[in-house]
Amino acid sequence: MRDTTAIAGDSAAAPAAVDIGALVLERATLRLHRKDDVAVLVLDHAPANEVSVAMLGALEEVLAYTRAHPPRALVLTSARANAFSAGADLRELHRELEKHLASGKSIEAGQTEVRAFIDRIHTVMDQLDTAPFATIAAIAGVCMGGGFELALACDIRVADKSVRFAFPELRLGLVPGWGGTARLSRETSPALLRDLLITGRSLGAQRAYELGLIQSPVARGEALNIAMRMATQAAHFSPPALQAAKRLSKALPAGALQAEKDAFVALFANDAVRQALHRFATSTDVRPYL
Amino acid sequence: MATDTAEGRTIISRLLDLAARHYDRPRASLGPEADLFKSLGIDSFQALDLLSRLEEEFRCEIPDYELQGITTFGGLAEVIARRA
Repeated sequence: MRDTTAIAGDSAAAPAAVDIGALVLERATLRLHRKDDVAVLVLDHAPANEVSVAMLGALEEVLAYTRAHPPRALVLTSARANAFSAGADLRELHRELEKHLASGKSIEAGQTEVRAFIDRIHTVMDQLDTAPFATIAAIAGVCMGGGFELALACDIRVADKSVRFAFPELRLGLVPGWGGTARLSRETSPALLRDLLITGRSLGAQRAYELGLIQSPVARGEALNIAMRMATQAAHFSPPALQAAKRLSKALPAGALQAEKDAFVALFANDAVRQALHRFATSTDVRPYL
Repeated sequence: MATDTAEGRTIISRLLDLAARHYDRPRASLGPEADLFKSLGIDSFQALDLLSRLEEEFRCEIPDYELQGITTFGGLAEVIARRA
C-alpha cells in the first residue's frame, strides 16, 4: 500500500488536485485507491481506457476487493486526459479474431469465446449495478460503447463539459453488448436509445443533462472533485437504507440484458463485423466516429 | 454560403476566435476556406472536444452526422447557422 495520492483533473485551466486516498490495488490498466469509506477506481490504459481482457480481469479483482473490504461509496474515474473510456479494445478484438480464423477455427467457435467474454463482462457490470454501496462515475471526454455501458451501470454520473456519450457499435455491424441498451432504456428512455443507436451521434453534457443521463454539467476538470464530495456525503448514510434506495430505484433489467447478449453474439458471426473491425484497426481517419 | 449574411459572418468570426483560442493557432492563419482538421491538427478525440466547445459556445446541439463531409470553417459555420 502506498501513501495518499492526489490526481489532477484534465482541464487546461488546471483545477486543484483531488485527494483520493491510499493506493490499495494496482494493475497495468487501473488503480484502486481508498480514502476512509470511499474507494476510487482510476482507469489508466492508454490511449483511451479501452477495456481489454487484462482490464476486465483487473475490474474483477476490484470487485473482489470491494466484497472483502466493502466501501460505502465507489467513484470511477480516469487518469487519461481525453477519455473516461472509449469502450472495448477493438484492436485487441480484431487481433484475436484474425488469429482465431488464421488457426483454422470456425467463426462459430469464435462466437463461443465471445460469449464467454460477454458473460464475464456482464457479471462485472451486474455486480457494479447492484453493489451494496453508492457508485458514482466521474466522467470527462470520450465515454463511448463499453465505456458508456460502464458509466450506465453506476448509480450517478457526474460529467464535465467535455463529455461525449455515444454508442458507435452499429458502425461495426453490432449492437452494444455489455448491457448498454437495457441500462440506457432503464435510466432514460427507449427513444433516446434508438436515436443514439440509429444515428450513431454523440451526446454532449448539456443535452445529456436535459435527458436525465447526468447530474448538471460541471466545469472542465471538476467531475472528480464533485464526485468525491458526493461520495463522501453518500458514505454518511446507513448502508441498509442506501441499499433499499438502490433496490427501489434501480432494478436489474434481467430479461433485456439477456436479449442484448444473445443479439450481440449472433451478430458477431457476420462477416461484416470482421470487415468493420479491420477498417477500424487500420483507419487513420480523424473522424472515425462520423 | 455562411459569409453571405451578417449572421453568417458573425458565426464564422466567433468560430475562428474559438479555434484560435483553444487550439493555440494564430487567428490570422484561419479563414472560412481553411481545412479545419488540418489547420487545427486535431485527432478524432479532439474533434469530439471541438464539438463540445462549439455546442457550449453557440448554445445549440450539433449532431455528429451533420458534420459528414464538412471540411472547412465556412462549412461548419453553415451547420451552426442551421442549429443556433
